[in-house]
Amino acid sequence: MRSKHQLTVGEGLRQHGISRRAFLKFCASLAALMALPPSMAPAIAAAIGRARRQSVIWLSFQECTGCTESLTRSHSPTLEGLIFDLISLDYHHTLQAASGEAAEQDREQAMKDNEGKYLLVVDGSLPLGNPGYSTIAGRSNLDLLTETARGAAALVAVGTCAAFGGIPGADPNPTGAVPVGDIVKNKPIINIPGCPPIPLAITGTLAYFLTFGRIPELDARGRPRMFYGDTIHDRCYRRPFYDQGKFAASFDDAGARQGWCLFKLGCKGPVTRNACATLKWNEGTSFPIQSGHGCLGCSEPGFWDAGSFYRALSMPVGAVGATVAAGVAVGAAAGLAAALRNRSVRAGARAAHEKVGVAELGGGAEK
Amino acid sequence: MTPLQLLTWARGTGLGWALALCAAGIVLRLAEMLSLGRAADLAPPRARSPGSGWRTVFSRSLPPPGMFRREPVSYIAGYLFHLGLLFILFLSAAHIELFHALWGLAWPALPSPLVDAMALVAIVSLLVLLVQRLTHPVKRFLSGFQDYLTWAVTLLPLLTGYLATHHLLLDYPLMLALHILSVELLLVLLPFTKLFHSVSVFFSRWYNGDAFARKGVAS
Repeated sequence: MRSKHQLTVGEGLRQHGISRRAFLKFCASLAALMALPPSMAPAIAAAIGRARRQSVIWLSFQECTGCTESLTRSHSPTLEGLIFDLISLDYHHTLQAASGEAAEQDREQAMKDNEGKYLLVVDGSLPLGNPGYSTIAGRSNLDLLTETARGAAALVAVGTCAAFGGIPGADPNPTGAVPVGDIVKNKPIINIPGCPPIPLAITGTLAYFLTFGRIPELDARGRPRMFYGDTIHDRCYRRPFYDQGKFAASFDDAGARQGWCLFKLGCKGPVTRNACATLKWNEGTSFPIQSGHGCLGCSEPGFWDAGSFYRALSMPVGAVGATVAAGVAVGAAAGLAAALRNRSVRAGARAAHEKVGVAELGGGAEK
Repeated sequence: MTPLQLLTWARGTGLGWALALCAAGIVLRLAEMLSLGRAADLAPPRARSPGSGWRTVFSRSLPPPGMFRREPVSYIAGYLFHLGLLFILFLSAAHIELFHALWGLAWPALPSPLVDAMALVAIVSLLVLLVQRLTHPVKRFLSGFQDYLTWAVTLLPLLTGYLATHHLLLDYPLMLALHILSVELLLVLLPFTKLFHSVSVFFSRWYNGDAFARKGVAS
């Protein structure tokens, strides 16, 4: 009998008792997810069915494991969960049984067996301030990433930390955190931001790679267009109320309950590209805006520093009173200095029986 | 830099700097001008005309006899632009929300179609005034770089505000960021260019009215 690694995905699914019909249905939903015509479903099924399970190495750096938690939410009991049977997750701190030396050996073995072919998934940012801030098996994150990236076919930066720096990279960035893209320059990188990302965006991107053998179309920020092509606002069910100018004034007021737009409560939907409004969470149950809370913009670079979560996008980020007062004070001091100077110029002119004009008094700004 | 980062800068750091520079500039220039003072006029006033300065503040808003007929474009377009700008600035719902957030003061807004119309009127007036400035030989001769600069920095907030409100040309967040940035440019330039007339106009009118009254030509 062939080992689990050598089975094709189709064989593996049949072993698990997954029917052809269920598999085709899954492929049709994948096709829809990737914005492909339904006629592509059999082609996807054929491609996935024939494929060897894709070797995936998952490295976790400065992260909270929320991304992995999110991924496991797509796990069971839905068929999407069986993406785990489409891939061979050869190394993942949280999910693998092996630990210590054995775990590291798994990674090295997978790298050797699948040289140039494995996918490297990364969650978490890398601390460049001091390598000691985050280590695995006594090695710095930077060291581990550069070593593992060398033989990878492509990298997938899962979560906003790996894609853009995220919360570790937020002001004042005490660890000097940087995203994967700042370190690895010579490999294709797919960013799947979100805090955490939608599980289907992770599994869907992996499935795309498996089906077509290449990375999906990406936007300027390296995000797959199929999941990050639209803003939350574009697809939000509260959008008609935005267009009508109907806004909730406070959480859970009459307007909010009638589905009015949460823009004035600080919703970042208009500047956030993600699929929450269409794919939703927990198997399509709901998403933050449906639960009455504005979007935090978690899949955008710098979301943590984008002003308060509860201030409208058109409002100032913070109070400006102190800044204006400082401006007035500086202006008054400069004005006093100018007044004294002008006075002495005039006194000097008077003593010398000369005339003074605007030019001598430092004026003339309105020429 | 993403539109969100640009917008965040405009709403935060940029806004702080712009307001501080604007406040500092206004205070500086007011202090500079008011501290200059005027030489005491030792001659007795020709006529007693209390309140002439205050009356002039308002009467200078009206065209002197014959001027309206000579310069209808300047007066009509000038009036429409200034009124449009004031209406949009102080009576559009979005701006009242901003003042409310900044200072806790709110007042009723005009219906948005009316504000839209005023915005278009103000924009068209500015364009008409530019065409006239370029084609009128005397106006063109009198115009310098600053006249065109102040025209441009006044038009930009109007234009970007209109485009942002109606979701035209660019994504809303990017256009909103450009709108806020254009206002910040206007704020920074205001104290140091001819735009300072928005502050100084009433001081100078009062002074002229008062001085002329002493010379026997009270308004």
